[in-house]
Amino acid sequence: MTETPELQLPEDRPLDIAGRVYQSRLLVGTGKYRDMVETGHAIEASGAEMITVAVRRTNLGQNPDEPNLLDVVSPDRYTILPNTAGCYTAKDAIRTCKLARELLDGHDLVKLEVLGEEKTLYPNMTETLVAAEELIKDGFKVMVYCSDDPLLAKRLEDMGCVAIMPLGAPIGSGLGIQNRYNIRLIVENAKVPVLVDAGVGTASDATIAMELGCDGVLMNTAIAQARDPIRMANAMRLAIEAGREAYLAGRMPKKLYASASSPIDGTFF
Amino acid sequence: MQVQVNGDAMELPDGATIAVLIEKMALAGKRLAVEVNQNIVPRSRYPEFSLSDGDRVEVVHAIGGG
Repeated sequence: MTETPELQLPEDRPLDIAGRVYQSRLLVGTGKYRDMVETGHAIEASGAEMITVAVRRTNLGQNPDEPNLLDVVSPDRYTILPNTAGCYTAKDAIRTCKLARELLDGHDLVKLEVLGEEKTLYPNMTETLVAAEELIKDGFKVMVYCSDDPLLAKRLEDMGCVAIMPLGAPIGSGLGIQNRYNIRLIVENAKVPVLVDAGVGTASDATIAMELGCDGVLMNTAIAQARDPIRMANAMRLAIEAGREAYLAGRMPKKLYASASSPIDGTFF
Repeated sequence: MQVQVNGDAMELPDGATIAVLIEKMALAGKRLAVEVNQNIVPRSRYPEFSLSDGDRVEVVHAIGGG
């Protein structure tokens, strides 16, 4: 009797961003959670290793016993990715990044986002380009939130951004990947990681992003605003893994008509 | 003297340092970053950096965001 060889699932190369390797391709934000406990549990369930935070004024008269976000999401355990959310000009974004670098003891990886208007939170790409150039010159490693324009994405890569992060749909909208064709074009042209940032609403959206060949997905609201955020964090972890595996496996070609899976020969009726 | 801290006026003794301000705000030992008149002041300089009347100080920290 011949022995069945043991199944060996093919390995994937891990995600590499700015020279650091990540096993998880899911990046998560820390906004909109009920409290710090829920934030911590959701992050744990998501398996994410890179976590975004915002930089804001401390409140005068703040309760000193209130737990600090960075105590729950320790920089010793996670890669902290400070964002420039809320910035509408290159100047404000650069200022925010410099404060973040000081806050995180010289850690120079940032998520640059320069917004254009409140209604759509669509990126202001002219200001984004100005800020990216300045930040890169100043030694920052820039992961850039951008529109899904393949030419601008390439330009940001050529400037030296370490990851390109086009939106799938507006921030917090949960509409899913609206222009798969553009995301696909950006992925095909890029030599740095491409991550869909913003727009994911549920697990299948994350899977679609990964099936398109994205290197990862960054999300916040889809987890934080789910009825059960911890369960959704787990769903997203699985969705990212499933989408990545499907991309690597290579899907079957689509056909217009059916093709029987069981042989036609040998029927006895 | 009066300085602007996170947009609000605050009375401090003349020549007070950033370390004094942080103490007064009950934020000593917390992970934060400080900007005076839009220039970053490194943490190591808090004990020696004297503020001046009219300075605009920002004290920031990390909070939840996406």
